[in-house]
Amino acid sequence: MYSPTIILEALVNGLMLGAVYALIALGLTLIYGVLHIVNFAHGALLTVSMYLVWIGCEYFGLDPYVAILFVTPAMFAIGYFLQRLVIGPASRGSDNGILLVTLGLSIVIQNLLLAGFNSDTRTIVTDYAFGVIPLGPLLLSQPRVIGLAVSVVTAGLLWLVLNRTDIGKAIRAVAKEKLGASLVGIDVAHVYAMTFAIGTACLAIAGGLLMPSFYVSPTTGAAFVLVAFTIVVLGGMGSIPGALIGGLLIGVVEAASSLFLGDSLGQIGIFLIFILVLLFKPTGLFGAR
Amino acid sequence: MKKAELLCALAFLIVLGLLALVGLPGNILNLFIFMMIITLTAQGWNLLGGYGGLSSFGHAAFFGTGAYAMTVLQTSFGINAWVALVCGVALGALVGAFIGFLSFRAGLKGSYFALITLAFAEVLRILANSWDFTGGAAGMMIKLQNGFAYLQFSDRRYFFLILLVFVALALFLSRWLERSAFGAYLIALRENDQAAQALGVDIFRVKMQAITLSAGLTALAGCLYAQNFLFIDANVAYGSWISIEALFAAIVGGAGTLIGPLIGAVLLLGLGEVTKSFSGGIAGLDLVVFGIILVLCVAFAPNGIRGFFANLKRRRSAAAEAA
Repeated sequence: MYSPTIILEALVNGLMLGAVYALIALGLTLIYGVLHIVNFAHGALLTVSMYLVWIGCEYFGLDPYVAILFVTPAMFAIGYFLQRLVIGPASRGSDNGILLVTLGLSIVIQNLLLAGFNSDTRTIVTDYAFGVIPLGPLLLSQPRVIGLAVSVVTAGLLWLVLNRTDIGKAIRAVAKEKLGASLVGIDVAHVYAMTFAIGTACLAIAGGLLMPSFYVSPTTGAAFVLVAFTIVVLGGMGSIPGALIGGLLIGVVEAASSLFLGDSLGQIGIFLIFILVLLFKPTGLFGAR
Repeated sequence: MKKAELLCALAFLIVLGLLALVGLPGNILNLFIFMMIITLTAQGWNLLGGYGGLSSFGHAAFFGTGAYAMTVLQTSFGINAWVALVCGVALGALVGAFIGFLSFRAGLKGSYFALITLAFAEVLRILANSWDFTGGAAGMMIKLQNGFAYLQFSDRRYFFLILLVFVALALFLSRWLERSAFGAYLIALRENDQAAQALGVDIFRVKMQAITLSAGLTALAGCLYAQNFLFIDANVAYGSWISIEALFAAIVGGAGTLIGPLIGAVLLLGLGEVTKSFSGGIAGLDLVVFGIILVLCVAFAPNGIRGFFANLKRRRSAAAEAA
C-alpha cells in the first residue's frame, strides 16, 4: 500500500527526529543517573527554552540556530539555581518529595507561560524550514538533518565533559558513591546543581533544533516529557548510550506508527513500548543494575 | 481523636447541605458541587496514594472510565442512570485491578509506579479520542432528562445533597480502613514493604485490594462528573488535569488522613476562585498558586495541612507539659 521509498523516507526522517528526542532524554537520564531523581519538570523546562529561542528570533532577529548560543547559558543558569535553591532544599532528599516538587514546578512553569504568553501557538518562519536535502531517492528534511548532526556533536561533547574534565570526574564520583565523594572533599550540592544545569542546558540545544520545524505553546513540553521518559526507561535509567539509541529507536517507532495508524493513534505506539518496558524489563536495554 | 475528626468532617458536610437548602447563589452552588466531585476523586486517590504510599499520577484512567461508562451506557444502550453508575464504578475498579495486577506483579513502586499509571491514562485518553464508540474527539453528551431515576434534577440542590451523601460514605469507608486489619497492612507496607512482607503480610494482595478500592471510588467521582456536566470528551475525562487535581487535594490536605482530601479540595478550589477573581481573567494563575502550594507543602508540611495542625497541637501540649 505504501511504496518502499515512502516508508524508508518516513523512517529516516523519524530517525533524525529521534536524535533530537535523544538529546532531550540525555539531559533527563543524566539527572536521573547522578541525582537519582525523576525530573518531572524536564518537559516544562524544554518549553521554556523553546520560548527563549522564539523570543530571540522574534525580538532580536536571531536565527534559531544562533539563538542556541544565548539560550544555552541561560538554561544552564536556570537549571543550576532551580536545583540549588528549590528542588534540593524543598524535597529534603526523599524520593517521593522530589517527584512531587518537580511535578509542582512543572505546573508552575507551564501556567506562568500560559499567563505570560497565552495559549496561542508560536512559530518561527525561516526559509529553510521546508528545505530538503536529496539523498539518492530520498528527500530529507533540512532542519532534521541539522538536528541529527548537532545532537550527535552535543552527545560527544557531553561524553568529553564527563570523562575528560574535573567536574565530569566529580559528577561520576557522586553518581557512584555520594558519601564517599563528600568525604574526599567534593561539594555534593554543587555537583548536583551542575548536573541539573547540564541536563537543562541540553534542553536549550534541543529547543533550538526543534523550533524551525515545530511550534511552541505552554503545553508543548508536556507532549515531549512522556516520550523522553520512554526513551530513558528503554535505554536504561542513567545510561547515556542507552538514551542515544533509545531516542533513535523511538523516533523510528513514532514515524512508523503514525504512518500506519494515522496521527491521532500514532503516539500510542510509544506509550505501549513504555508500559511493556516498565513491566518486563525495567532496567532497560543498557541498564546498569 | 480520630472519631472527632470524622465528626468534624460530617458536621461540615451537614452545614454545606443546610446552606444549600437555605439557598445559595447558583455559581457558589456550582463551585461546591465541583469541590465535592474533586473531594471524592481525591478520597479515591488517598486510599492508594495516602494510606498505601503508592503515588499514582494517572487516576484519570479510573475517573475517565467511570465518566465514559456512565455516558456510553446511558446514551448508546439506554441503561438507567443508577445501573450505569454501578457499572461505571465496577468498570473503574476492574481497570484498577488490571493496572495493579500488571504493575505490582512487576514490583513497580515509587517513581516507576507513578510513570506507568500516567502512561496507562494517556493510552486510554488516546483510545477514547479516536474510537467512534466513545464519540471520538467530538466527545459525548448525556440527554437532558430530569427526575430521580435519571439522576438529573431541575433543582441542582438535590444533586448536591446526593453528592454530599457519597462523600460521607467515602469518609466512612476511610474510617473503616483505618480501623481494619487491611488498613494496618496497607500502612505497614507504606512504611516499609520489606518488613511487612517479612512479617507475613501478603503485600501483593493488599496492594491489589487497595488499588481496586481506590479506582472504584475515583470512578464514582467520574460518573458523577459526567452526570453533572452532561458532556465529556477524552481530554476532560482522561486528561492529566484530574490526576493532578486528585493528588494535589490529597497531599495538600494531608495524604493518609481521613479528612485530608476534603480539606485539600475545599481549600485549593476556594483559593483558585479567589485567584481567578483577583487575576482579572489571566488564565493559568490559579494553577501557578496550586503548584507553589504543593512545593511549599512538600518542603514545610510533608503531612499536609492536617498533619501541620496535628504537629502544632503536639508541640503545644509538649510545651504545656514542660511548663
